[in-house]
Amino acid sequence: MRSAIPPASAALALAALALAALAFAAPRPAVAADTPDPVADAAAFQKYFTNKFPKLKLEDFVNGPYSLNEDMHRQWVEKEEFPPYDFSLDLGKEMFAKPFKNGKSYADCFPNQGIGIRQNYPYFDAKEGKVVTLELALNRCREANGEPPFSYVKDEMAALTAYMAFTSRGKPFDIKIPNDPRALAAYQNGKRYFYTRRGQLNFSCASCHVQSPGQRIRAEILAPALGILNAMPIYRSEWGGMGTISRRFISCNSQTRAVPLDPQADEYRDLEYYLSYVSNGLPISGPGARP
Amino acid sequence: MSNPMRALIVVLSSAWLIAGAGSAWAAGSETDFKAAYAAAEAANTQAGALRDQWTVTAAALAAAKKAAAGGDFDQAVAHAREAEALAKASIFQATSEQEAWKNLEIY
Repeated sequence: MRSAIPPASAALALAALALAALAFAAPRPAVAADTPDPVADAAAFQKYFTNKFPKLKLEDFVNGPYSLNEDMHRQWVEKEEFPPYDFSLDLGKEMFAKPFKNGKSYADCFPNQGIGIRQNYPYFDAKEGKVVTLELALNRCREANGEPPFSYVKDEMAALTAYMAFTSRGKPFDIKIPNDPRALAAYQNGKRYFYTRRGQLNFSCASCHVQSPGQRIRAEILAPALGILNAMPIYRSEWGGMGTISRRFISCNSQTRAVPLDPQADEYRDLEYYLSYVSNGLPISGPGARP
Repeated sequence: MSNPMRALIVVLSSAWLIAGAGSAWAAGSETDFKAAYAAAEAANTQAGALRDQWTVTAAALAAAKKAAAGGDFDQAVAHAREAEALAKASIFQATSEQEAWKNLEIY
């Protein structure tokens, strides 16, 4: 029996159909565009998480794993009665108010005397052409006033940022990307770092915090990437103490068996810029506590 | 001696000779260690330039150095070769991720 359509034509028709089906079924490209579009990124990012956890309100994401599990949420409510970060908050308040040897203080280095400004960090500094984080700005303030910088991963920096975050509680992240190709490049570099697999375990930040939030990794429940920096710095029971954003990035890298970068390396600064930007609109909740 | 017995002796002798030659090849001298360590270090430096060194590579390099310091060059060479393989894997990862990261992106 002869076919109604010659075989070559049939193949061509099938190919055309397949192409058409692909074109209609996939209105968006198979991979993300190379030209960064931060506004579209943030919208897609937030939509992904709200779709994944439809019962959560947007602002609930700032409480990380405590919002994803009922039992843990109860623990969190109880913890907040006597929060483990309180001692750090008190220390930070005291340190912030204490003048440097030259008589000036942290308040002299920041807009609004450093009160209620956490939600604006990190920002892109056009003069330097790089991202400036709050931790970096604090150490620059110290050095400009003749004081030695603090370690980015130890208690003093955590205490200072805890106090500054506390004065911003409830204020939504408001990270700006100015119309400057260098700012866009920094944002894109942060995004690249976030999604890039590294370390012997071949994990990216997204492997845990985009693909698997709410799931357990050993005894821990993984936090969603959305709102993950809003609660920083945090008291972590696992650490038995406070930790800064720098400490968090470094420990994440180590856990994947990647050699961490130096604190405040360009990649970490850009990563913080990206992660904060896509959480724009979510309230600052730091300092926080995590298991 | 029967033919099958002769054949068995030949086979066993050959296996012994091959095994002996193999372990002679695997045995490390200080020179072997230095060459293996330099190759591993060079690969790890390249991984560093790609901002993707692994902690396990650093551990294997340290183990190689420690074994060499104790005069155990067999172990030292083995650790150095392991370090080189790990460093090369990290280079492969960093290179392929230059484009592959986009597949994970939410958009």
